[in-house]
Amino acid sequence: MKRRGKLFRAFGVTSVAAATVLVMATTSGASSSSSIAKGAPVTIGISLSLSGDFSADGLAYQQGYKLWAADVNASGGLLGHKVVLDIVSDASSPTQVVTNYQKLVSVDHANLTFGPFSTLLTLPAAQTVNRYGYAMLEGAGGGPSVFQAGLKNVFDVTLPVAYDLQPFAKWLTSLPASTRPKTISYVTSNDPFTQPVVQEAQKLIGKKLKTVYNNVFPAEATDYTSIADAVAAAKAQVVVLGSVDVPTVSAFMQAFEQAHYTPEAFVATAGPDQGAAFINAVGAGNADGMMVPNSWYGGSKNPASVKMVAEYVKKYGGTAAGVNADIAEAYSVGQVMAQAVTATKGFDNAKIIKYLHSGVTMSSVQGSVKFNSLGENTAQTAYTFQWQGSKFVEVNPVGDPGSSKILFPKPAWGN
Amino acid sequence: MNSSALIHAVIDGVLTGSVYALMATGLTLIFGVMDIINVAQGIFVILGAYLSYALSVHWGIDPFVGLVITIPTLFLVGIVVERAFIGRLKGPEKTAMSILVTYAISLVIEGSLNMIFSVNDVQISASYVTKTFRIFGVYFAYIYVYGFILAAVLLTALYLMLYRTRFGASIRASLADQTAAALVGIDVKRVSTICFGIGIAVTAAGGMVFGATNAFNASTSYDLISRLLVIIVLGGMGSLGGALLAGILMVTLEDIVGVVWSPVWSIIAFYIVLVIVLSLRPQGLFGKQSARIA
Repeated sequence: MKRRGKLFRAFGVTSVAAATVLVMATTSGASSSSSIAKGAPVTIGISLSLSGDFSADGLAYQQGYKLWAADVNASGGLLGHKVVLDIVSDASSPTQVVTNYQKLVSVDHANLTFGPFSTLLTLPAAQTVNRYGYAMLEGAGGGPSVFQAGLKNVFDVTLPVAYDLQPFAKWLTSLPASTRPKTISYVTSNDPFTQPVVQEAQKLIGKKLKTVYNNVFPAEATDYTSIADAVAAAKAQVVVLGSVDVPTVSAFMQAFEQAHYTPEAFVATAGPDQGAAFINAVGAGNADGMMVPNSWYGGSKNPASVKMVAEYVKKYGGTAAGVNADIAEAYSVGQVMAQAVTATKGFDNAKIIKYLHSGVTMSSVQGSVKFNSLGENTAQTAYTFQWQGSKFVEVNPVGDPGSSKILFPKPAWGN
Repeated sequence: MNSSALIHAVIDGVLTGSVYALMATGLTLIFGVMDIINVAQGIFVILGAYLSYALSVHWGIDPFVGLVITIPTLFLVGIVVERAFIGRLKGPEKTAMSILVTYAISLVIEGSLNMIFSVNDVQISASYVTKTFRIFGVYFAYIYVYGFILAAVLLTALYLMLYRTRFGASIRASLADQTAAALVGIDVKRVSTICFGIGIAVTAAGGMVFGATNAFNASTSYDLISRLLVIIVLGGMGSLGGALLAGILMVTLEDIVGVVWSPVWSIIAFYIVLVIVLSLRPQGLFGKQSARIA
């Protein structure tokens, strides 16, 4: 899911690249290329974090985009044009992502653009391509800051992150008073992705559980020991962690175990959804009972998803449970764009934007897609997933046909 | 806020800070002797962590025992890097150029690590990583205590090498004035090469402890290097004692502020202290203002 950013990495490359692009941009006009010569490929410009803080997600996104491109090309391309992905690395830098999209549009003359990874990078990316009239179809920029920027060209195929913990909050507050936990701790990174999720959960849970710890920690933190120790000392029965990646969750889990503290329910906004990467970092025994919100998982029965997962496993190995949700997000971006291109019978970004705003319902491996005026996908359902042994299963919404019984209270660490 | 939380924060700070100090010691040693700002130090720490991880996963070697292999390995890596790239830097722009060269080295190592280990986060595991013992109601994790002991032993060894050996005297002479050291017959070039090797070798230990207490991938190095640079600036560029004090001070201060006030202010509080210290002592806590005039 969505991660934090760093400025340091951009130090060495940004200035040179920016100057180069500036010079080239002044000599080559940029515009949304709507017509493509017969037989010529359609180029899709994408900036991804192939190194730096978001590299794990960036590379997963690259796999998802490439998987979609291979599939669409195998079936004849987009309107008969072969899809070519023009992927450049932004090194997880919000500065570099701007430079990259300027280059992709004004120098490379990409016909379409797909989004980068994270809310942090999507906002500047969408603002950049908006100047050229391009649609920014993305799957990882679900933070409110993206939708509150007043942009009309941004469309997130994934459920807006603010809704992520709704099913969890609903389940928690609907438990009978006799079994419902009494205390809860909220701790989150000050990240544009995590904070809205945790704040929304707090709002929904309200005073039904007593908040015994509530704090924000800097995204730049490298050592979480004292923060995690403070959370453990509060001894809440439920912990809501606004995490951005596996290391953050792993650090809290390790500190909790060292403090001999096992919350009855532990949900993290990101990290446990990373499939095999999460298990490898924390150990299968420790993962048991860990929860994470998301809108997709590898075991989804959606036929398109089943097909995509099978292709992914065939190409990259592993198991369905180990497929990163980023893959599905990226793949969905391609699917929705393909439907928009087919419907508008061309690559005119203005028409594509108008079509995506028309209220039409589309489909993706993640489920239905329907955009509101802000570009949020309002047709998707939020789910909560849980590691149960070596399986990653859907546990709520309670009563959903795909939901398993929630493992509550969470087993002790290392079982 | 209860007093046990505060005590725990101080103890956490001292235990963890000593490991950061160990990593930063290599950085400050390299700058002190060679005028090289090694921004690749972060990726060398991660390289050390990956080496320990690989030995543990593939050969079942305990991470602490594995240091017998990883420390000499990284020492040799340091020697090779110094001979191939760093030692070739000359002239008045040497320090500035060293940032670019070491940045390039870090990119190459990062890319190689990503290819070998993938970008998925990993963590070094051992039976004692999650085990704790209890004193006065406070749990202490063995890994942090072992990490502290390791840092103390290595820093003491480094100190003894610097102040009790003939080679150490050569290093200190080079630290004070390279030209004068050369004039009295010290082979500054050789001293520099070995110092670079030592500076990189200590990252094996720091990386191992870091990798046992944090999940990491190659890009984690960017978080690390920014902290290590701050530590040596606060402690005084080229000062080993300064790196030790600044490392412990940084983490302890952050932990205390996080517990007493709010974690979101912890890093800010440290930087406020840094600004105040540098306003009063631009050379850092233990830096010598005239030491680098060559």
